Amino acid sequence: MDSKRTEKTAFIILLLATILVIVPVALIILMVLIKGLPALTGEFIFGMPREGMRAGGILPAIIGTAFLVLGTAIFCIPLGIMAAVYLNEYAGRNWLTRVIEIAIINLAGVPSIVYGLFGLGLFVTFLGFGASILAGSLTLAVMTLPVIITATREALIAVPRSFREVSFSLGASRWQTVRSVVLPNAIPGILTGAILGLSRAAGETAPILFTVAAFYLPRLPQSIFDQAMALPYHIYVLSTQVPNVSVKIQYGTILVLVGMVFILNVIASIIRARFRKRKTW
Amino acid sequence: MKKTFEAIIEKMIFLSGIASILFVVLIFIFLLKEGLSLFATVNPINFLFGKNWYPISDPPQFGILPLVLGSLLVTFGAIVIAVPLGIAAAVYVAEVAPLWLRDILKTGIELLAAIPSIVLGFIGVVTLAPLLKNVFKLPSGLTALAGSIMLAFMAMPTIVSIIEDSIVSVPKSYKEGSLALGATHWQTIYRVTLPAAASGILAAIMLGIGRVIGETMAVLMITGNAAVIPTSILQPVRTLTATIAAEMGEAVAGSNHYYALFAIGIILFVISFIINLVADRFLHKK
Amino acid sequence: MLKKIGVGVLVSMILIGITLSGCGRGKKAIQIKGSDTMVNLGQAWAEAFTQKNPEIAIAVTGGGSGTGIAALIAGTTDIAEASRNMEPREIDQAKKNGVDPKEIQVANDGITVVVHPSNPVSKLTFKQLSDIFTGKIKNWKELGGKDQKIVALSRERNSGTHVFFLEHVVKLGEKKNPNEFATGVLMMLSSQTIIEEVSANPQAIGYVGLGYLTVKEKALAIAKDEKSPYIEPSVQSVTSKRYPISRSLLFYTKGEPNERIKPFIDFVLSSAGQEIVLKMDFVPVR
Repeated sequence: MDSKRTEKTAFIILLLATILVIVPVALIILMVLIKGLPALTGEFIFGMPREGMRAGGILPAIIGTAFLVLGTAIFCIPLGIMAAVYLNEYAGRNWLTRVIEIAIINLAGVPSIVYGLFGLGLFVTFLGFGASILAGSLTLAVMTLPVIITATREALIAVPRSFREVSFSLGASRWQTVRSVVLPNAIPGILTGAILGLSRAAGETAPILFTVAAFYLPRLPQSIFDQAMALPYHIYVLSTQVPNVSVKIQYGTILVLVGMVFILNVIASIIRARFRKRKTW
Repeated sequence: MKKTFEAIIEKMIFLSGIASILFVVLIFIFLLKEGLSLFATVNPINFLFGKNWYPISDPPQFGILPLVLGSLLVTFGAIVIAVPLGIAAAVYVAEVAPLWLRDILKTGIELLAAIPSIVLGFIGVVTLAPLLKNVFKLPSGLTALAGSIMLAFMAMPTIVSIIEDSIVSVPKSYKEGSLALGATHWQTIYRVTLPAAASGILAAIMLGIGRVIGETMAVLMITGNAAVIPTSILQPVRTLTATIAAEMGEAVAGSNHYYALFAIGIILFVISFIINLVADRFLHKK
Repeated sequence: MLKKIGVGVLVSMILIGITLSGCGRGKKAIQIKGSDTMVNLGQAWAEAFTQKNPEIAIAVTGGGSGTGIAALIAGTTDIAEASRNMEPREIDQAKKNGVDPKEIQVANDGITVVVHPSNPVSKLTFKQLSDIFTGKIKNWKELGGKDQKIVALSRERNSGTHVFFLEHVVKLGEKKNPNEFATGVLMMLSSQTIIEEVSANPQAIGYVGLGYLTVKEKALAIAKDEKSPYIEPSVQSVTSKRYPISRSLLFYTKGEPNERIKPFIDFVLSSAGQEIVLKMDFVPVR
């Protein structure tokens, strides 16, 4: 049966293609684990860099990234949630809504280096914040905003219309409905999207190049106007600027960053899965 | 009391809603503010089509043609690699894979999406570049091809998930009708399902292009950074994004070099705007 | 629910504030930015100095001499590390911004031309180097080496090393010489990446600060012209100025160093500081 044979061949080719996509991922993860795990000592994670960053730890970079993620979250999550609430609960299908949607699509597609330029132009220079955690967080926040808005919107849409209708019929105002009925049911979806967006922000290098990243600052940040080291930039530095860095330290730093990102992703998946189970509709 | 509180909150919600527009406009304004200053002294035609990028020479030359071609070449290569693989993988995951395998594969692709680009750039430099150098007997593995391959991987999750969504949303009746008429599963896929998912596939391609053309760190590390008009994919090139990242630090604020880098930013912004708009059109073509 | 989120945000903000202020109110960190050639040297100085003076923090960032000078002009750094002199237009710009740059020589360096140890070529003149980097000489056999394409590596344009090499070697020391780096020259991201590529690639040639030389590369003996002797780069030949591509490594500060940074600069110029220069394989001032 010729067509059956064609089908078998085609399916094998498809499988091979898929393997070609997946296997490198597994290889990369294995490589990072094998070469990076030996570096993960207590000193590495909690210590300061020594000997020109060829020894010692990467604590300033870890803390720097942590602060950047925190700052990003503070600036973009409330704003993003409210923007999505507007779009889904208040806005009509008019030209303004369409423009907003186009703007969000646009923000989501802007190259990360252009965000870096924007951050440099607005936050560092024009507003005078200088290269600082503040400037870096704001830049990353604008970059992460579309992700939060989109995720929140989807979570809001998933809340059945009947919930709102019942609430209205009981006399609640729109805001009361949003606050007490819609949002609580959308929280898991919002959380999932927010965590995924933040994990992306944690791994970005280009937006922080000119807005916050320091090559060597072996002191924990003292204020939001301080520069800071950050994991993605530290990886870049270790792989291009510092002579004779041991492979162990390079992969160890990568493992810490990738580990952070993966843990965040896993948390997001768990929230999503548990929510799906407990969903009452 | 409650009424005014509520009114304030609703005002804030409205303002948040239009915040996105505000940011897009702000980005555009700041890019324009610095970028357009270049054209007070430099002819836009020379900028867009000039073959020589010598920004710190005396007199400086700001031709971005080699950079544009570099970006285009790397992007084109990445798409050529990523789209067929992406379609194949999406079809496999959506239609062919047994359920237990499907979850593993989807997790694998999501993991790929989670890896930061700087990590992929580093891995590419230490594994892919030497490999290419040996296989093709090149003077150096830092080439457009190396960039294309890494970028293809970065774009893969986007492409696969969009195409997979499109395939899944093709009405079941199409598939059942085709099978009822005696077609095999495979024939149904390539004659019925895929054409029906065509707009999704196009959207995936466009979003893949957008993702790839905007990538900075990985190309900075792996494409060799030679601002030369490329004649083959096996030679070093320099992309628009890498130029900004590599040269921004040096440019004295207010110099033509500084303005020129912002002008490149304008071009990247406009390109990504158009691409994303077109992709969105395809995605919502229901 | 919303109340809980709001309280949570407020609490975290307070916690951050406490952590940040509790981490010790140290003095503002000394900012050092600039030359990639000097960045590891600057960092070694910073590390040694802060060991003896732990209440002072020093932040070191690279980016190239141009970056450091730009930052000094913009007021975003205390010390600019530079492996070249400030240009007249930069000095003008600085004065316009109210910055009076003070130049302090902190070390000496010889720009070392490196090739793979297996390369039979051992010495070159300025003219030959210029022809290699402008693309006029494309094959090693034209220089008495193997029949292989030359892979020329350069630093990025924001590098003082790049500018110095361009002016003194590529342009043969003539200001109005129109020579430029050929577009096919690979712009590497740092001295370290040049070293790595040269030690792995028998066809490569690059230039780096003396401090970056290791046993995995071969340093070429350089002569100004065919009538001059070929000198190998070393601490002695640079100190005696016999090595033809010698240069000073500099700090630039805004006016005289103020009391905040003076102790650090005194340390750098002291015998302990100069010993670190030697340890990093650069050349002490005296």
